[in-house]
Amino acid sequence: MILVLEDWCKGCEICVKRCPLNALELSDKLNKRGVYPPKLKAENECNSCKLCELICPDFAVTVTLDEEKKSKEPKSRLIIGGIVNEV
Amino acid sequence: MTAMIDAERLRKKYLRDGMLPTIFCNGCGHGAAFDYAFRAFEELGLDMDKVALASGIGCSSRIPGYINADGLHTAHGRALAFATGIKAANPDLTIVVFTGDGDCTGIGGNHFIHAARRNIDMTVILLNNFIYGMTGGQLAPTAPIGSISTTSPYGNIEQAFNICELAKALGAAYVARWPIFHPYQPIKSIKEGIQNKGFSLIELLSPCPTAYGRRNKLGEIDSLWKWYEDNTILIEDYEKAMDYGTEEEKEAVRGKFQVGVFQNVQKPGFFEEYDKLVQRIIAKEDERKGGAE
Repeated sequence: MILVLEDWCKGCEICVKRCPLNALELSDKLNKRGVYPPKLKAENECNSCKLCELICPDFAVTVTLDEEKKSKEPKSRLIIGGIVNEV
Repeated sequence: MTAMIDAERLRKKYLRDGMLPTIFCNGCGHGAAFDYAFRAFEELGLDMDKVALASGIGCSSRIPGYINADGLHTAHGRALAFATGIKAANPDLTIVVFTGDGDCTGIGGNHFIHAARRNIDMTVILLNNFIYGMTGGQLAPTAPIGSISTTSPYGNIEQAFNICELAKALGAAYVARWPIFHPYQPIKSIKEGIQNKGFSLIELLSPCPTAYGRRNKLGEIDSLWKWYEDNTILIEDYEKAMDYGTEEEKEAVRGKFQVGVFQNVQKPGFFEEYDKLVQRIIAKEDERKGGAE
């Protein structure tokens, strides 16, 4: 889960471009400054690495550990005979 | 562990109420620098009442205004001189100086040289963006050859300052340089710098999209940040290429900025030596008086 302080965001998109798992996108709602703050994609593989929180120069992003996600076993993909199995 | 620090609590603790959002331009890296400093403070468990901040003039020197600690916003280039004064008046304080490249090495070059030479116990976080951003994009002494600025519209022909090599030559106890977009290395360096009893310099390469990137056609924010990525190289890799590489490899790394820890030595700082001197003279004086009586 990420929390975004929308009015602090200046719209540099550094978090979106630098996310190693490409889990962020721009939201479709303008903030007070007239830019689109980031949000988590509906389908994402965010593993709470906190890179966006650390490199955001405007303190706008906070990553909170998702309890539900944390307890889940990490998915690994096995490709056997061209069929993708999610284990 | 850095990753376990809760950002919301950190912000409440260290940021001054009502000051945010920052004045920095969109895409400027300066904001991340004090985020890293907070995390270093937090990991060291510093009492913020025992921390004094100092800064000069410039974009980077606005930072102490956002931090919930005592600070001095001083004359252009004189941050280190004021910081020396704070340390002399109260050696118990931890001094952290936020300064820019133009402020520290351009206007206040001599203060920097002598603070490093005397090895005064302070941590200098120098945000290098190659330009005087706040005053309108004048050429800073750190700008690479060929840089375009308002005072060098046809390209810079002066050789750039290598701040880290200079500090190393002056015998500073801790010298490191990192690009701003790698979070963990600067946090570790700031931590080590505060722990070091001598002069610690942490140079952070911070992109300036408004005054530097735009004039030098380095593109939008993302491509500017990528430019820094492409033009930096770890010291170890640089030395390896220089020692064992072919001519092409040497040529490829020659123009790049070396990043990493340049120097990390433990040696007594100025005020430690000064205390020893005072003690020695008092002892001598007592001996002389005792002998006369």
